[in-house]
Amino acid sequence: MLPARGAGPAGEAREELSGGGACVESTFGGFAPAQPGAAAAMIHSLFLINASGDIFLEKHWKSVVSRSVCDYFFEAQERASEAENVPPVIPTPHHYLLSVYRHKIFFVAVIQSEVPPLFVIEFLHRVVDTFQDYFGVCSEVIIKDNVVVVYEVLEEMLDNGFPLATESNILKELIKPPTILRTVVNTITGSTNVGDQLPTGQLSVVPWRRTGVKYTNNEAYFDVIEEIDAIIDKSGSTITAEIQGVIDACVKLTGMPDLTLSFMNPRLLDDVSFHPCVRFKRWESERILSFIPPDGNFRLLSYHVSAQNLVAIPVYVKHNISFRDGSSLGRFEITVGPKQTMGKTVEGVMVTSQMPKSVLNMTLTPSQGTHVFDPVTKLLSWDVGKINPQKLPSLKGSVSLQAGTSKPDENPTINLQFKIQQLAISGLKVNRLDMYGEKYKPFKGIKYMTKAGKFQVRT
Amino acid sequence: MSGNGLTYSEQGGEAAPELAQEAAPTVTPSTPAAFGLFSSDTKKNEDLKQMLESSKDSAKLDAMKRIVGMIAKGKNASELFPAVVKNVASKNIEIKKLVYVYLMRYAEEQQDLALLSISTFQRALKDPNQLIRASALRVLSSIRVPIIVPIMMLAIKEASSDLSPYVRKNAAHAIQKLYSLDPDQKEMLIEVIEKLLKDRSTLVAGSVVMAFEEVCPDRIDLIHKNYRKLCNLLVDVEEWGQVVIIHMLTRYARTQFVSPWKSRRFLEDNALKHENNFYESDEEQKEKDQKLKTTYTMDPDHRLLLRNTKPLLQSRNAAVVMAVAQLYWHLAPKSEAGIVSKSLVRLLRSNREVQYIVLQNIATMSIQRKGMFEPYLKSFYVRSTDPTMIKTLKLEILTNLANEANISTLLREFQTYVKSQDKQFAAATIQAIGRCATNITEVTDTCLNGLVCLLSNRDEIVVAESVVVIKKLLQTQPAHHGEIIKHMAKLLDNITVPVARASILWLIGEYCERVPKIAPDVLRKTAKSFTNEDDLVKLQILNLGAKLYLTNSKQTKLLTQYVLNLGKYDQSYDIRDRTRFIRQLIVPNEKSGALSKYAKKIFLAQKPAPLLESPFKDRDHFQLGTLSHTLNSRATGYLELSDWPEVAPDPSVRNVDVAESAKEWTGILGKPKKEKPTEKFYSESEEEEDESASTSSSGKCLESTAFSLPGKLCLQNCLVHK
Repeated sequence: MLPARGAGPAGEAREELSGGGACVESTFGGFAPAQPGAAAAMIHSLFLINASGDIFLEKHWKSVVSRSVCDYFFEAQERASEAENVPPVIPTPHHYLLSVYRHKIFFVAVIQSEVPPLFVIEFLHRVVDTFQDYFGVCSEVIIKDNVVVVYEVLEEMLDNGFPLATESNILKELIKPPTILRTVVNTITGSTNVGDQLPTGQLSVVPWRRTGVKYTNNEAYFDVIEEIDAIIDKSGSTITAEIQGVIDACVKLTGMPDLTLSFMNPRLLDDVSFHPCVRFKRWESERILSFIPPDGNFRLLSYHVSAQNLVAIPVYVKHNISFRDGSSLGRFEITVGPKQTMGKTVEGVMVTSQMPKSVLNMTLTPSQGTHVFDPVTKLLSWDVGKINPQKLPSLKGSVSLQAGTSKPDENPTINLQFKIQQLAISGLKVNRLDMYGEKYKPFKGIKYMTKAGKFQVRT
Repeated sequence: MSGNGLTYSEQGGEAAPELAQEAAPTVTPSTPAAFGLFSSDTKKNEDLKQMLESSKDSAKLDAMKRIVGMIAKGKNASELFPAVVKNVASKNIEIKKLVYVYLMRYAEEQQDLALLSISTFQRALKDPNQLIRASALRVLSSIRVPIIVPIMMLAIKEASSDLSPYVRKNAAHAIQKLYSLDPDQKEMLIEVIEKLLKDRSTLVAGSVVMAFEEVCPDRIDLIHKNYRKLCNLLVDVEEWGQVVIIHMLTRYARTQFVSPWKSRRFLEDNALKHENNFYESDEEQKEKDQKLKTTYTMDPDHRLLLRNTKPLLQSRNAAVVMAVAQLYWHLAPKSEAGIVSKSLVRLLRSNREVQYIVLQNIATMSIQRKGMFEPYLKSFYVRSTDPTMIKTLKLEILTNLANEANISTLLREFQTYVKSQDKQFAAATIQAIGRCATNITEVTDTCLNGLVCLLSNRDEIVVAESVVVIKKLLQTQPAHHGEIIKHMAKLLDNITVPVARASILWLIGEYCERVPKIAPDVLRKTAKSFTNEDDLVKLQILNLGAKLYLTNSKQTKLLTQYVLNLGKYDQSYDIRDRTRFIRQLIVPNEKSGALSKYAKKIFLAQKPAPLLESPFKDRDHFQLGTLSHTLNSRATGYLELSDWPEVAPDPSVRNVDVAESAKEWTGILGKPKKEKPTEKFYSESEEEEDESASTSSSGKCLESTAFSLPGKLCLQNCLVHK
């Protein structure tokens, strides 16, 4: 009755598969459903698979789909060298497997018929976000420990494979997230995680906000976080650079507040996407964000400042990496320094670089921070910390190459991470935040931060 | 297994104090390990049964939690069915919910026993609380037991005229479930769908369209009267519903409106004509232009759809953005489709899976309309940290976007990629360079030189790929590339990748008359190594021999015969077969037929140069954004997008009688609110539509009239809220 997978040694099921391998190639177009209704439903089942290939959770919204369907997934996983190269869409003779990979877990949705793939993928990501929101972290252990809550949440998120409640505010009203306190209280009093009130929010015209919110301290915090994506070439000139910004909010306000947020320079925002609570038309006509916020944490806005505008690059990297032909030693030297930082300190600097395969080891001395070179993955990482403009951090030393191999074709790319507090590099500034609809005076706070996104320096 | 044991032991531990209090003798904290083991399965189930029959809710709850844990792990818990189903009427909400979870999983297997639970749901369907009615309907319809089909049908019919939109939404979901359980109910279900399509609640819209798509996607006539309403409600529907509605409306629009693309073609044709009969007076021409321009006017309903979907490009949901993008691609005039590019490029910041799908769609779009994505060229530059599949897709798009203006920048960028440590990607880059070289004639030589340089690369994969690409390029213009062929002949000594060796041999054979001195020598060398070669290479050696025998039999006769003899006794039947075939053709004897006279023509015919094409070419015969597009093959249940009709069907079918609709609406509301029942919700006039869209998206605005919004807005909000 029980499929062999999961319990048995990983080999068995996969062996079995090789026979079925030919099926993967065969066209599935020929498999017309026996009856027209059989194909109906969007997401049939969900399997959660960990890095070692064990299915540790399954949930079906319709008839049970045998977990052997995942064998096709394992086959694809084996073909792909790395987890992130597993194709997100895998056809099998009777089903399609759509998966996302996050927190070292594959979330594999089984579907049976045509559906926009992004619909499923976006939903799976929403599931992961919800778990994260509920449990703080999303990991195999946490999911296993909270399997009942996970099940209850999944049950509410989909009905017959179609998303039902995906707003975290509503879900939390339906099923309360576990907290240490509540676990203790539940144990003593025998009360439950399931909300005893009915989720009125689902019925209201503001489906993202729960009703009857009460706080003694009313506060609204907004974080403007900008990430710089850039590719810098060998000589230090910028090949491409753009800014991706978000405004994350934490709003704890009583009742039904109606907020407006205005900017000093809204023209900067080239392309925006909103939380569903934001009124489109108001933005179109006045460039003002007007919304009734969800309760708690949420992402109000994401925006893009395009490459056409000049993007300030706050750091530079000086590098000298050279390998010589016929010698098993190479030179390695990098220095990181500030540039266009508007007088702010650059901190949390972290340099990582994937070394060529022929590198055996690296002997390096950093002027500050700590560095690690992993001889197996060939990954060099250097945790620099803060940049002191008076004494620039540097990392110098030698690289030993495998004897007898020729010098690598390419110098490694350097990936950079950093943080600058109290600065939005695009220059975006919030003008004011007003609240309507409630009488009390809330505490308002705004914070700016700039971070490196995908920041690469080619050498 | 240990993790699993841990889970249960923890749960057991949690339960322990309670149980101890209740003095339940069945579970003691000292045996937690037993929970996770197979051996004690039956025994454990005994425990669970007893716990379920206990009078204490906490014991029941604990048992249910463990059972759900078993279900989640994929273990069989079906034998507990009788014990579990008894608790379906429990007062405790959490127990009840977990029982529902259990029922939905096992009811199908234990149909008779499942019937015991039905009456509970039937009772709940009449509950005064809408949420209880809704959840009862949800569970009832999820129990896949054919006997209760009539009960389900009745429940759905009733729920579809429930006062609560939430219950009606659940009714729409139940339609699909019933349909998959019993397709014979189709006709009756279509009636319900028809009724629910008329519903004006944003809650219902997405779900009923979903039901429509699954039950009767061909009944386009049901949409006519609701088309405008759906367009207007769209902004306020929840995001998942938006995706479904947009896809449905895309199909609808393709059957109901005439093509907005034709007008352009007419104009172009016209422009050509103008050049021909240039003695027509300017006046006349203008008149003609005028006339042609007026031949196409977009149906206002078509425009309505385009206008109302545009703001959704700003959605945070990638699926919604993609849905709008495909709608614009398939429905908008070509000049307007460009507005979606910015939003699609924005999605590239998202997770790898989203990137993968979006890049595929951009690849298809960028082939046909380069202009759409040219301004964003740099957004497709590859980062060393991208996964390989993302890298190759980006490369594909960059290649599609290459033109005379940007090719030099691109080639510089490609140079970095060729050096990438990811060799698979480096190889793909070389292919891309080859494609650029054939598409843009100005850079063919530059590219070719660059590729020849790569021939001295250390990495064999890179060299091999270069050889293959150079071969293709040379085929397009072999006349003045004797040098390169010579260079490649030299390479043959060192290179071991079979495809590359085969390519070189083919080249030398094909152009043996251009390198008359080298070719026979190459044959000599390869004849020596014949037995150790890969099959692919052996075939090419045979080919080379045959071609040389025909052109230069004096020098190569013996060599070729030697090679043919080797081939005759080869292990591979392909090679033996080929050998026999070649021998008959080139070495005429009495038995060989008339064909051998034409041997030269057969072997040394002018061969057409291979076309280097994108794998995404013409992929848009599948609707963009669909699974079929992603897989490039028809998925089960894919609904074809029809061609534009030549003549638009009667647009008046979409007209709605305003008075009637108002009446209907107020009927649902209960009593009409003062004097503006139609204005507040949605009305036919354009200005109103915009207004209401703004307020409702906006503004789902609640009772709070206190704040200072414009007066009208406020008023509408109150009304909407009611």
